[in-house]
Amino acid sequence: MKGTLSAQLIRKLILVVLAYAIVQLLISVNIINDYLQATLTTICINIILAVSLNLITGFTGQFSLGHAGFMSIGAYTCALIILKNPTTYNFLLGTLLGALLAALVGFLVGLPTLRLRGDYLAIATLGMAEIIKIMFINMDKITNGPRGLSGIPRFVNWTWLFIFTVGTVLLIRNFLKSSHGRACIAIREDEIAAETMGINITWYKVLAFVIGAFCAGIAGALYASYFYFIKPDIFGFLKSVDILVMVVLGGMGSISGSILAAILLAVISTLLQSFSEIRMILYALILIIIMIFRPQGLLGSREISLSAFNRLGKFFAFEKEAK
Amino acid sequence: MPLLKVHKLTKSFGGLTAVLNVAMELKQGELVGLIGPNGAGKTTVFNLLTGVYVPTSGSIILDKGDAQQELQGLKPHRICKAGVARTFQNIRLFKDLTVFDNVRIAMHKNVQYGLLSSFLHLPSYHREEKRISEATMELLKIFNLDGKKDEYAKNLPYGEQRHLEIARALATSPSLLLLDEPAAGMNPAETAQLTELIKWIREKFNLTILLIEHDMSLVMKICERIYVLDYGILIAEGTPDEIRSNKRVIEAYLGEDVGDV
Repeated sequence: MKGTLSAQLIRKLILVVLAYAIVQLLISVNIINDYLQATLTTICINIILAVSLNLITGFTGQFSLGHAGFMSIGAYTCALIILKNPTTYNFLLGTLLGALLAALVGFLVGLPTLRLRGDYLAIATLGMAEIIKIMFINMDKITNGPRGLSGIPRFVNWTWLFIFTVGTVLLIRNFLKSSHGRACIAIREDEIAAETMGINITWYKVLAFVIGAFCAGIAGALYASYFYFIKPDIFGFLKSVDILVMVVLGGMGSISGSILAAILLAVISTLLQSFSEIRMILYALILIIIMIFRPQGLLGSREISLSAFNRLGKFFAFEKEAK
Repeated sequence: MPLLKVHKLTKSFGGLTAVLNVAMELKQGELVGLIGPNGAGKTTVFNLLTGVYVPTSGSIILDKGDAQQELQGLKPHRICKAGVARTFQNIRLFKDLTVFDNVRIAMHKNVQYGLLSSFLHLPSYHREEKRISEATMELLKIFNLDGKKDEYAKNLPYGEQRHLEIARALATSPSLLLLDEPAAGMNPAETAQLTELIKWIREKFNLTILLIEHDMSLVMKICERIYVLDYGILIAEGTPDEIRSNKRVIEAYLGEDVGDV
């Protein structure tokens, strides 16, 4: 049993390294050019954002509309640090600090607001994100106000993107497969029953919120250090809705769904770039069509796993033999 | 000293007093019934005992021999940790989760690994998860649900959903089990089977059980003592035989005697 377990682990590890190496190769021979690299970065950042919001909204059942607020905290923290002292070490420090600060704000905001439910919580988190945005606008001396920070040195490359994306997704996946993660899912299912079964619902709601905020902080830091420029408007209400759309589209309660949706939406919006006038209309139309035919999201609450590919492989192998 | 001692328990919702000065004592290992007409406040008593409602006044003391604990005002999860588990009148399973997960989640209070281990899946995680899985399967076997462990809870037939709720409550390893109308909606054969099951789990898990039930065949057969609640007030207490012939109980259920007919 143990032998097959570690064999599985090794196989997964090889796949992960392979995925990294292939993209790295494509970048070095310039098949993935600068333009595609920007898309790739957007995809990775969106994966982190969508998976972490899914932890809060899809798995723990707490409807949050403030994810972009946490993202902005990470972005500004990291940007300010590397603007002052641009080294890789400081970039990592800034990312960590940004994430921690976002988590702290998540904790402070979550403690009182997570008593609210449904729409009320959504409005409270929305308000929180707006307050954060207005704070960044008004702290003129530090954040340069509404004009934003520009000329942020770029430290994010494919390696860092890959490490942070795979890292956060793995940590959240592991968490959800543990008793603590199941406690969060139980809260989504039935708060009263969960509480009566010995689950401290306040603690786990706040915990999910803090973990989600931490990851959003990382995503923000990566954003700042790739795109050179940040301003408060980027992290407004629309960004929060964007992230929520990915979660709902992929399926509430499915990590692989969120990943799929993040990739799909980035690809769609890249492809639509050439129809710039009707781009947003088409984008909205696609979303509406998907929601009509797949109201539970692309994957519902299911996950795509390696074993699914194995089954697929076996299926095709069988087909060949039959021939 | 009794396992559970309830003293002058009162709950008012605004101007309405749902439960007034209820006093109860449950000895270790007893199987006690709580009956009364609809709206008498039975479920309110359960909600007070499990912390879903905070009592307006009165005390609830759980004494497990080695430790005495006041339960009034504690949060439900703390009361669960103290050793009180319950089922619900209108089944409250985690409907969209599997039978296995329903029971596994209730093992949460005894899980021995921390957050770090849950993020990184350290050895303690694997060891504990294995233990939890085995314990869960053992419980499911007792309730004949092991064959349906991957079924969604909402897809189980009604009777099995009731069984699953009891299994889930037992997974929290309680010393006091509160059953809220466990036989509701069951046919006589199922009720008879449930009666045997309740007796059996009491022995097996060394439980003290308090149950609310309308099915008198079940209550009279297995309860050693019965409390009768009417309009939030305890009107009688005694053995099934005493309760059956108690005048006030008959009045509460059938209305007052208006003389010879």
